[in-house]
Amino acid sequence: MIWYGIIISGILNFLTKFLSLSYFDTSKMNPRVKQILSYVPSAVFPAIIFPGILIDANGLIDLENNPKILASIVAVIIGVLSKNILATIFAGLAAYWYLIFI
Amino acid sequence: MNKKLNLFLKGIVDVLPLLIPVVPFGIILGAIGIELGFTPLETFATSFIIFGGASQIVFLQLFSGGASSLITITSTFVVNSRHLLYGASLSEYLNKLSLSWKILLSYLLTDQAYAVSNIYFEKNKSNELKHYYLLGSGFSLWFVWQIFTIVGIFLGSIVPEELGLSYTIPLTFISLLVGYFRKLDHLLIILLSGCLSIALYNAPLKSYIILSSFTALVVAFILILLKKEQNK
Repeated sequence: MIWYGIIISGILNFLTKFLSLSYFDTSKMNPRVKQILSYVPSAVFPAIIFPGILIDANGLIDLENNPKILASIVAVIIGVLSKNILATIFAGLAAYWYLIFI
Repeated sequence: MNKKLNLFLKGIVDVLPLLIPVVPFGIILGAIGIELGFTPLETFATSFIIFGGASQIVFLQLFSGGASSLITITSTFVVNSRHLLYGASLSEYLNKLSLSWKILLSYLLTDQAYAVSNIYFEKNKSNELKHYYLLGSGFSLWFVWQIFTIVGIFLGSIVPEELGLSYTIPLTFISLLVGYFRKLDHLLIILLSGCLSIALYNAPLKSYIILSSFTALVVAFILILLKKEQNK
């Protein structure tokens, strides 16, 4: 089952790139479609981020005594200030380890 | 031959700074695959076959969380759909190449390779060999990603669970949004999608990623229309 999943996802990812590279042309594309695609990261990634922070191992919302919330706020602040991917990850991880170990 | 090699090398050199975050991300992916219970071969296959960092994490997360294949594959596709823009945007430079070149370059096309190639192609429109530049930048990212996935697979079986490695998943995605937090319309879409994903978390078949992404995209579309109205 997993192998079918990997192969089909791989083919779809490849086709997304291959078909657009071969047959679409942004100079002929509706500018509105381009604009909407530019919102894809902002629309998709939070649906991975928020549950990763707020949902615990039992599938319940965890707002109290949750070190991930504060650590993520630190990561966002460092991210906004530095605009640096690595600095953001390390700041969040450092804050998280500080909160759970110290 | 020399010219081709030079372009290939130039692609590698230009993409190098963008490869720095790929190293920890690759390690995280490999380690997470093992932590979520996938075999080393399955984890590596996602890097080799799917080859798209964010979408691989979604794939591993949903599959291990018991989502159906259809939901897993659709969610993975939604995360990858931004590549439509990359292919379409490079199309005017590359659509005259042979089929085998297109297949190879499509497989190697990533956020980073796109970023540098698009700039280079715009400046060197008339260069008949410019696809070697994309080959260089695309190949180097591919190579680094495969190597560090393997490193992560080995580390994943060593790193203790107390370190909370799974928290690096949301962190990595936060880091991929750093360019968007300052833009008010994007911030609105980010908060909307995030809150929806929590509200819809228990929706059947782990469909929360698709449902909240899709709703947020519809709202983004409305925002675009409203902005147009204002500009008139």
